[in-house]
Amino acid sequence: MTGSGIRRLLHRPTGVFAVVVLGLLVVLAAVSLVWTPQDPFRADPFHQWDPPSAAHWFGTDGIGRDIASYLLAGTRTTVLVAVGSGAIASVVGIVLTAIGSLTVRWVREGTAVLLDILVAFPTLLTAMLLTAVFGGSLGVVIVSVGLAFGVTIARVARGEIRRIARSDYVTAARASGVGPGGVLLRHLVPNAAPLFTVQLSLAMATAVLAEAGLSYLGYGAGSGTASWGTLLSDLQTYIGVHPWSATWPGAAIALVVMALSLLGDAVRDASDPRLTTGDRASDTERATAVPGVTA
Amino acid sequence: MNAAATGLEVRGLSVRIAGRTVLDDVTFTVPPGGRVGVIGASGSGKSMTSLALMGLEPTGADVTGSVRLDGEELLGLPDRARAAYRGARIGMVFQEPGTALDPLRRVGKQIAEPLRLHRGLDRRAADAAALELAVAVGLPDPESLLRQWPHQLSGGQRQRICIAMAMAGSPQLIVADEPTTALDVTTEARILDLLRGLDVSLLFVTHDLAVLAQIADSVVVLDAGRVVETGSVADLLARPQHPTTRALVAAARATARRTP
Repeated sequence: MTGSGIRRLLHRPTGVFAVVVLGLLVVLAAVSLVWTPQDPFRADPFHQWDPPSAAHWFGTDGIGRDIASYLLAGTRTTVLVAVGSGAIASVVGIVLTAIGSLTVRWVREGTAVLLDILVAFPTLLTAMLLTAVFGGSLGVVIVSVGLAFGVTIARVARGEIRRIARSDYVTAARASGVGPGGVLLRHLVPNAAPLFTVQLSLAMATAVLAEAGLSYLGYGAGSGTASWGTLLSDLQTYIGVHPWSATWPGAAIALVVMALSLLGDAVRDASDPRLTTGDRASDTERATAVPGVTA
Repeated sequence: MNAAATGLEVRGLSVRIAGRTVLDDVTFTVPPGGRVGVIGASGSGKSMTSLALMGLEPTGADVTGSVRLDGEELLGLPDRARAAYRGARIGMVFQEPGTALDPLRRVGKQIAEPLRLHRGLDRRAADAAALELAVAVGLPDPESLLRQWPHQLSGGQRQRICIAMAMAGSPQLIVADEPTTALDVTTEARILDLLRGLDVSLLFVTHDLAVLAQIADSVVVLDAGRVVETGSVADLLARPQHPTTRALVAAARATARRTP
């Protein structure tokens, strides 16, 4: 995205929120690689359920682990899951969309049927099934959520591509001599991209949620990997006694999931000239307006 | 080559879609520099005629007959050859300027695109040529206007952009499919003036005989996919033969009475 695109993205509150939260998440994940306040996995029997303090910012859990350090270590898992699932979903989504809309007719229609069948499998259940077969690991979560959302993206994007391919402006472009490659690059891809972005950000949000949920259920990250879902499941047993402790991972998951889902909407809105440049200006307004500054 | 300048000759053009005949044995000619109107009610096959000429009929449509441009057969050409004559030999202007432009591309880029394709210009040269075209189609303040998005222009301005796009490949024939139907009366008159002033043959598709009288020399009347009457505009207006033509003439007179 261009510089002005980022300015437009930061023009609306949801965009600012998404960028700040996700920027912070990435920075914290990077920091956690070299430094955490305490060893996130070290149990300390003398400091069980400590309230927040200078040494333990968010307090400690039932076996005396520092919650802040564990949360910080968990950011790596969250980023890995979001980016990994997002990458897999993109590749699978793009490949299936291409096969489903640019090939010969029988392949296109076969793909459509296949996508309809695959979409019927619930993401979480599929992931649980896969972990039951291959054992619980982050890789399985990332791959299964990535695959599932790749299919969803392809199904939606295929319909969008078909709609755009039949639009007046594609017909007009073809009538002016633009060939299939030009139509694809300059009309189909740019016009389908906003929908793709929204779906992708939704996929990443769901991936974070799915990892937290699967880890919560014991199907996700192994015991050597810090995960917000695992922490939440450890702490929520004691929520009646130590309500503040479970709040931290819960809030972290909610913030990141919300930021991810809002990011897609914000990017889509920022890249649509119809939303960022307002409606038709009158002739006099247009004559005096400085390009790019029109509200 | 000039000896072969016979214009557009359409002979026995038929289009069948899923077993249904949409166009049936349509025959007419657009002489070089001529302006021919195609008129008919909705569903009479007007738009299918223009799309079939462009080789843009819907997939699965069965097109038969002959479409010759200066003696060269256009039907049955491979896809690549079809794409090459679109815009370069025949340009097309559409009914809805609001939807015929890509909402996510600046209008200048949309004119520059066919310029790069047909004249082999680089980006800078194409932008300069786009500006010339914008001036030629009468766009006000073209430098800043070409940097606008389609939604920022008025309907008339958008249609001028579309006409510029159609002219970019210097075609000998423009197919205009109801180019003024979506515009108000004043804008319609200006766009008709612009189309009249272009140095091309014109195939003008419309349902409005009053508009046709202002722009075409001769008329082809379509009804249910068949040509029911042809002739000069004056003859047709004075002595309509076919019931369809009579209905169109009556409709045009009624409109004329309403708008003095």
